[in-house]
Amino acid sequence: MTDTIKSRIKSIIAEQAMLEPDQISDDSTPEDLGIDSLGLVESIFALEEEFDISIPFNANEPDKSDFDISNMGTIIAAVQRLVAQKAA
Amino acid sequence: MSPKKTGKKTAREQSVGAGDRSASPRGDGLRRVVITGAGTINALGHDVDTTLAAFREGRSGITALNFRDVDRLSIQIGAQIHDWRPEDYFNRQQILLYDKFTQFTLLAAKQAVAQSGLAFHGALGLRSGVILGTAGGGLNTWDDNYRAVYEEGKNRVHPFVVPKLMNNAAASHTSMEFGLRGPSFTVATACASSNHAMGLAFQMVRSGAAQVMLTGGSEAMLCFGGVKAWEGLRVMSKDACRPFSANRNGMVQGEGAGVFVFEDYDHARARGAEILAEVVGFAMSSDAQDIVMPSAQGAERAITGALRDAGLNPDQIGYINAHGTGTAANDKTECAAVAHAFGHHADRLMISSTKSMHGHLIGGTGAVELLACIMALRDGIIAPTIGYQEPDPECALDVVPNEAREATVDAVLSNAFAFGGLNAVIALRRI
Repeated sequence: MTDTIKSRIKSIIAEQAMLEPDQISDDSTPEDLGIDSLGLVESIFALEEEFDISIPFNANEPDKSDFDISNMGTIIAAVQRLVAQKAA
Repeated sequence: MSPKKTGKKTAREQSVGAGDRSASPRGDGLRRVVITGAGTINALGHDVDTTLAAFREGRSGITALNFRDVDRLSIQIGAQIHDWRPEDYFNRQQILLYDKFTQFTLLAAKQAVAQSGLAFHGALGLRSGVILGTAGGGLNTWDDNYRAVYEEGKNRVHPFVVPKLMNNAAASHTSMEFGLRGPSFTVATACASSNHAMGLAFQMVRSGAAQVMLTGGSEAMLCFGGVKAWEGLRVMSKDACRPFSANRNGMVQGEGAGVFVFEDYDHARARGAEILAEVVGFAMSSDAQDIVMPSAQGAERAITGALRDAGLNPDQIGYINAHGTGTAANDKTECAAVAHAFGHHADRLMISSTKSMHGHLIGGTGAVELLACIMALRDGIIAPTIGYQEPDPECALDVVPNEAREATVDAVLSNAFAFGGLNAVIALRRI
């Protein structure tokens, strides 16, 4: 299941970045992928819709958010955590 | 009272569209423009006096939001008008016909016209009009009626839905209320709507196209759909609007209206009107860059354009009412623009954001903020930026933190920088 979540996240981000999912690695940052601030907000919305979760993220203070957007690995981990919390 | 000399027409026509004029507005056939009336309703009060008192006291109008379905919002605060009972001001038929943004406008306009002492009978009405800004227009009407047809499954709506929600409804009702039969229309440039509207009204009077213009703007976006839409951008604060403070975390929406009487100076003098301030310059620019991220260069071009249009040197500006939304992006960009436009003088002038108190009225915000400019010029009191807690090296200007300040200023600017990169800056002078 975890891999499925990971691949679904990657395909969402890939679509936003106009890349193929296999071009995205865990250490890719949003900046590496060419995702700007509006693209990031759009990606977060798409993840919320895909997994029916609510992601705490304020574009004014991305560092203070519980949702770590440093790179794909942290984004995947955070989404997995929220999906697990929802299932619990 | 219109300029009679032939040969001036071309110059006047040019001035309407020229944002880059280097000459002074005086001495070239253009009319001087003064403000002879002001009105408002916003979260700080239902009139100008209570609003200015709040500015002096550094009082916030931001509280818990209160409207239908607010529990489904993740943003729970806003600068909502307190003690709002439309039946205090309007009869049943008017309430059926006026969306809230029109109600706010008419209240503010009545105050402004009453202060000016003008009546628009006969020839004056033919040479007077109204230009207003709004971003959302009758958003409450949209919200209520979408709810009725989609959520409640109704198949019939009230016959006034369209005349209520249309963005020009407030301007049209204002024209009807006072008999303004000259140029009237509505401007929608998001957060710069009011400044664009007031700038165009200024140009109308300055060019001689109109003798008196009512102008300003209104917004009534505090309803479920209006706030939900903003939540999507994730730029809203959940606790407070803290412009320029390092720990700022977003904007807070407000609602209300501000309306002013812009009048030909000679006309105002001839009738012995009390003059609140002179409008001396206006400039617009477009970033042509990004639909939400602001540009320091675009903002700076509007600032320097307004100074040039006014024939003012940068060091004559004592105060700037900032756009100052309290977002990470706006505040640092605006400070960079001011620092660059003013050079060394940027360290001497004062700049504050009153959005910390009345919230961001979106299309109506510049109008309410112009009150702080008038207060600075007339009363020598600079409205503070409240909620200021931590200095931000990227906003290293004198932001008049937390407490109002006494200061004599001769000229001021009011900034507005909209989503979509549309910038509008107005210059006022003491008279």
